[in-house]
Amino acid sequence: MTLADHLPILPVAIPALAAPAALLVMRRHRALAVGIGFAACLAQLAVALLLMARVSGGTILVYSLGDWPAPFGIVLVADRLAALLLVLTATLALIALLHAVVTKADRKGWHFHPLFQFQLMGLNGAFLTGDLFNLFVFFEVLLIASYGLMLHGQGPARLKAGVQYVVVNLVGSALFLIALGMLYALTGTLNMADMGLRVRAVAPADQGLLRIAALLLTSVFALKAAIVPLHLWLPRTYSAATPAVAALFAILTKVGVYALIRVVPQVFGEGAGAAAWAPAPWLLPAALASACVGFAGVFTARSLSEQAAYAVIGSTGTLLIAVAGWSTASLGAALYYLPHSTLTTAVLFLVADVVARRRGSFGDATSPGPAFAGREGAALLFMGAAIAATGLPPLSGFIGKLLILKSAAALPDWGWAWAVILGTTFIGVIGFARTGSAIFWKTAEGAETPPAPETRLDLIAPVLALACLAALSLGAGWASAYAEAAAAQVLAPATSAAAVLGSAAP
Amino acid sequence: MSYEFLVATAIGALVAGGIYLALRARTFQVVLGLTLLSYAVNLFLFASGRLVAGRPPIWDKGADAYTDPLPQALVLTAIVITFGMTAFAVILALRSFLETGSDHVDGDRVPCDAQDGLADGEEGAEP
Repeated sequence: MTLADHLPILPVAIPALAAPAALLVMRRHRALAVGIGFAACLAQLAVALLLMARVSGGTILVYSLGDWPAPFGIVLVADRLAALLLVLTATLALIALLHAVVTKADRKGWHFHPLFQFQLMGLNGAFLTGDLFNLFVFFEVLLIASYGLMLHGQGPARLKAGVQYVVVNLVGSALFLIALGMLYALTGTLNMADMGLRVRAVAPADQGLLRIAALLLTSVFALKAAIVPLHLWLPRTYSAATPAVAALFAILTKVGVYALIRVVPQVFGEGAGAAAWAPAPWLLPAALASACVGFAGVFTARSLSEQAAYAVIGSTGTLLIAVAGWSTASLGAALYYLPHSTLTTAVLFLVADVVARRRGSFGDATSPGPAFAGREGAALLFMGAAIAATGLPPLSGFIGKLLILKSAAALPDWGWAWAVILGTTFIGVIGFARTGSAIFWKTAEGAETPPAPETRLDLIAPVLALACLAALSLGAGWASAYAEAAAAQVLAPATSAAAVLGSAAP
Repeated sequence: MSYEFLVATAIGALVAGGIYLALRARTFQVVLGLTLLSYAVNLFLFASGRLVAGRPPIWDKGADAYTDPLPQALVLTAIVITFGMTAFAVILALRSFLETGSDHVDGDRVPCDAQDGLADGEEGAEP
């Protein structure tokens, strides 16, 4: 075994080592802790890109922890989908960390950098693991870190929202464990690939229990993804969090979406008896409702950060409309749209912060305020973010929505999908135009002009994120081909089962 | 009455109590509810390896049959995680009460006797 074979463990190992290191040096050498944070993020990006290069040809890298063979030991599985999400996480982490450091948000508490790395460890682990219980553990790691990050900076608003966020997720974890217990009792395994093979042999008398377990597990993922009607925790939490943290949280809901994409075809796919595609009929209506609720929230939001939080719900809804097709074309479109929607919602949170830092006491409220200094730059950024969020050309949202619409046309319910996607886009355009004109064009009578911001460096992170979106748009041919290949790989669970289980497969 | 029936009833009672308490308005009751729920989940996980009496979970010279050891490992992990999370939820609820002056989950100030009819002597004294 050469060093290169250990590549799949590195996305988990790097932040796991960086976090305690940052914790140790945080108090005395703050600059060193910042350096560790950046170095760890850059290393994760490099490893993720390497992994992507290695799996893009279709190979599935399997890493057995402790060299215990699957299905007895825990395996990490790096395929195209996992590599895509690892690259996305590392990119987003770099942007969010940059913004936190530039705006000095990381100085409002002691443990920002260690928590940030633990958050990344949980995210990377959840994307890599091939074991359902291990997925639960990594979910907990990322949730515990997210509780800390969400409360970073403290204050009554954050504490109030934090209590709800923690309680909701604790209930979610309990449901996750119940679903896991049922699946283990029925199949006798926790390895996803092995479970996908063994669900076929579940006794006829237990089919009802299997169906319940499938739906319970799906509802837990739906709760994490904040799909209507399980979305109520999100707007308050995300709009109360520190903006740089909220930008990173843009990927937390995508973890739920990822888990759906990963688990449903592999475990509850063809041949799973009563559980075969059990969540599928529920997903499209829920996705349509999420898109409607999300963009309605974008239209009525009272502040930019609230608007960004509703945009998270809306874009997840749009994403899941494509996922709900469960075909290579529609899942491919979804996987192209997923990085776009993550980076877009992150930009929205960052722009909300840029505006709030320049408007003094008015913050990011969507009402006319003072004619503040540096309006032009902030307005241009907001326009870029709004273009991305509504899916207008030239940014990648346009191509993503086009792909989704094209793939949805082949579905039986395409009328609903088209109506909702086009309708919510229209509502989103009006909503962003309304808030943009209120903040950047109108001025309130007698509002005192706040002092010019001491630094304009806080524009860097959102500009970087928008540049990523432009790159995603420029490289659309390659990116959509990769996404479609990843979708095809996800929808062929037999191949990955063979790779994971090796000779142990029957 | 069989062993399975007893365990199932206990899990059911714990879940029912947990859900009832978790839906209450006050953070203390909610934390208690979450704790009950996690007890129920731990018992449930334990039972997912089937209830077998008097058999060792790992290798033993004299044993000819074993009980499933994996659920016990899972329960251990789940206990550690839920214990940490409960401690965190308690501290968070306390901080939230001290900073906002309200121990309601939705963060709003509601007259305490409107909730459950209890006298709220010491709470009325809070700033």
